[in-house]
Order: sequence, then structure tokens, then C-alpha cells
Amino acid sequence: MSGAPALDVRGLLFAYPDGTQALFGIDLTIGTGERVAVLGPNGAGKTTLVLHLNGIHLPQQGSVDVGGISVSKANLKEIRRRVGIVFQDPDDQLFMPTVRQDVAFGPANIGLTGDELEERVSSALEAVGMEEFVDRAPHHLSFGQRRRVAVATVLAMRPEILVLDEPSSNLDPAGRRELADILRSLDITMLMVTHDLPYALELCPRALVMNHGSIVGDGPTVDVLSDEDLMRANRLELPFGFYPAEAMRSRGVV
Amino acid sequence: MSGAHSHALYVHGHSPIHGAAPQCKLAAQLLLVLIIVSTPREAFWAFGVYAAMVIGLVVAAQIPPGFVMRRMVFEVPFVLFAVLMPFLGGGERTDVFGLSLSVEGLWGAWNILVKATLGLAISIVVAATTTMPEFVRGFEGLHMPRVLVSTSSFMIRYFDVIADEMRRMKVARESRGYDPRWIWQAKAVAVSAGALFIRAYERGERVYLSMLSRGYEGTMPSVGEAPATPGMWAAAMLVPAAAAVVMTLAWVTA
Repeated sequence: MSGAPALDVRGLLFAYPDGTQALFGIDLTIGTGERVAVLGPNGAGKTTLVLHLNGIHLPQQGSVDVGGISVSKANLKEIRRRVGIVFQDPDDQLFMPTVRQDVAFGPANIGLTGDELEERVSSALEAVGMEEFVDRAPHHLSFGQRRRVAVATVLAMRPEILVLDEPSSNLDPAGRRELADILRSLDITMLMVTHDLPYALELCPRALVMNHGSIVGDGPTVDVLSDEDLMRANRLELPFGFYPAEAMRSRGVV
Repeated sequence: MSGAHSHALYVHGHSPIHGAAPQCKLAAQLLLVLIIVSTPREAFWAFGVYAAMVIGLVVAAQIPPGFVMRRMVFEVPFVLFAVLMPFLGGGERTDVFGLSLSVEGLWGAWNILVKATLGLAISIVVAATTTMPEFVRGFEGLHMPRVLVSTSSFMIRYFDVIADEMRRMKVARESRGYDPRWIWQAKAVAVSAGALFIRAYERGERVYLSMLSRGYEGTMPSVGEAPATPGMWAAAMLVPAAAAVVMTLAWVTA
């Protein structure tokens, strides 16, 4: 780790096999412990970028470094341990018959067994407040509970970077707040792809704006959200009656 | 185990039979059925002993007898044939309440009825005391091929998810006035089935991505807990062992 940024993306280009260019040269550095929101309209390339962070897509040009090691075929195992992705639909992430087996899936893949594995499962579930559901079937949990377990399945691998794809989507307001409390309590570098701008403001001090496969904005979230021209140019809209600077003041943050 | 994995045949409880290791239960069930099927049909007393054993299991498992009786109805279509055998069978005939019945047919009917009934009752006891995830663990404990174990585990996990999707599609069809009355109106259902298949396929891809992201490299980690101890096996084998003694005696006396 020594001094290397948590995430360092240099000149990343990517085109899908059908020729669609999805990323046009991404440059991005995220320091250890930062919480960063990735904003932008649908089709901006956010998910494509996310899939590069743990080597589901390998860089066609440019590089992705995680804590000083590069994302490449040879490093996949270590990269996937370091970068945990929470996907949008918890039903895609929770595929085992019980919560316990699902949370154990990742750590078991990196070779943990016995008490050590059990400890990973219980501490990850504790971090998201779901320890009493350990023997439940995922289908019998509420959507919000499933999302929290999905976060636990990734935390169990003790990643250095937690990547969340639309963490607040489909959650009811209380579930959304509960997840925010959990995410804020985690001491981990975090990258959050979201359309939920108040959520980004609440949780992430820094925000990136992506559009057409490039990063077109990068700065403190409150400034990004207050930049009307930038927002309009990238199909970003604040909810009715929401003023980022005032929201921050009312929270006593600024 | 919480009752949350309950399938329709499961009866929540904490009996010794609920608690037995699933692989031991499955093996004991198979042995017991094989022993009963191998018992000569002339040994009426042996089947009486078996029936007493099965009743003992039902009591030990704390399953309501009414539940077992209702589940036994399942047998009816399969034993109809057995009921016909005494009428249709050839050879020597005998008069029962004024009906001329085939002796060979009577023996055949008795043989099928008693063995099917006992076998089904044993299966009901096992099903009522074993959750779906336990079945999967049991198959794994019996060293079934990993591929089959994980396939069945995925099937259990996603059955409800896909059934939900199907239900939503049905509601959406009906909400637009779809009320099929004739076979040629079935097209919408067929198209929905196709759409469902594609969706399930796409979900499969997303699930696979999320597995890769947690370090999956082609082999499922073991989901099971500690293997069954010799003590567990010995306890589970008590019933088949007793039945084996009965069968041996039945053959000797026959």
C-alpha cells in the first residue's frame, strides 16, 4: 500500500466487441479512504468503468492500478480480493441457498476455511446489522435486507475498495437511510455509482461526472451539484426543492 | 435452523430427526426403502413391524399424523393400477365377498400397495424434517458431483425469483385486458415464456459476473459444514439396521 493511491486509472480506453467505444481515455486517482460518487446519465460508461476495476474487463489501452498493483490476468485473484463490487440487483449477487453460504462464498474462494471463514461471515454480517439472518434464505428477506447482505458478501473479502452500483435504487426511504448509516460507518475507500444525487452529497465528499465515456467533471460533491451548466450538459437534475449548499449547511457540514 | 426455508412439505421442528445430518438421513432413507422392497411379500408380520417403525419415526419427528395422512393422498393415482390387478390378473381365482379375484393379482396388489405406502411415508418423514439447503448439503456430504450439487442449489435459489417474474408478467398482461379464452389467444403466453427464458439467461450472466467478482475460478467452494461424525452415522443407521434384521428373519421363515 505504502503511499500508492487506492485506485489509479491512466488513459483507459475500451470498446465493446461490436465496435461501440465505451470509454475514451479515463484518468482517475482515488486516495485511500476517499468516498467518491460517480454521476452521469445512462449509457455514460459508468458500469463499464466499474467492470474494469476488478478485471471483469481488462484494459485494452491504458492501465488500472489498485493499491499499486495493476489489473491484469496474472493479478486477478488479488485484484478481486482488493476490489469488492456490490451489484445493483441483490438477486444477482445472492445466489446461494442461505445468507451464511453466500457471505462465505468469497472468502472460501480465497482459501479460508473453518473458524476463520466463520469469523469473516459473522463480522461482515455484523457490519451491516444482519447477523440474526445468517440461516435465512435470501428470498425470504426484504429488498433492503438483501441489499445489506449483498454488501456483506463483499465486505467478507476485506476489500480495500468498495464499489457500489446504484446502492439506493429500489430502497424505501428508511432502507435507504439505514444503508447510508452502514456505508458511513465503514472505514474503507468507496466508489459509488448513482443517480441519487442527494445520496451522493450525503455520503461522498467528492464526485465525478461521466458522460460519453469520459470524465467531464471532478470536484467536491457540493460544488459539482451546484454547477448548473455542468449539471444541465450531462442530464443531471436535482430533485425539486433540493439545494446542495443549503443541505450541507443544515447538516452543519459547511 | 429457522423455519424460513420451509418448502410445502416441511414441518418446522427441533426433533432429533430434524437435527440429524442430512447425508445420514438421505442414506438411511434409501437403505430403508431398499430393505422394505426386498422383503418377501408373504411375510405379513414383517410389514407390520415396518409400519410400526415408520409410525415411530413420525412420532419421533413430531410431525402431526394428519399432515402425513394428507400427504399420503399423493399415492392414490399410482396405486389405482394395483387395485385393478386382482380383477385383471390371471391364474387361480378365489371368491371374496362374492367377487371372483385372481390370487396372483391379490398378491401383486398387496405387494405394491404395502411397499409403496411404506416408502412414501418414509419419504414424507424425510421431506418434513429437512430444509432445501440441508438437502443440498446432504447431496454434497454423499459426494454427489459438485456440478449437480451447485446446479440444484441454484435451482432452489432462483425458482422463487423466476416464479415472481412470471407472476409480474402475468399481472402486466392481464392489466392490459388480456383474457385468453381460445387456444389461438395463447400466443401472448408463449411470447412471455420466451421473454422469461431470455431474462433468466441474462440473469445467469449477471450472476456469473458477480461470482467472478468474488473470486470464483470454476469450482464452487464447499458449502457444507463439518462432515457427519461416525456417531451421527451410527444413530441414523439404527432404523435401517433393525429393518435389515426383520428382512433377514422374513427370508429365513419364508
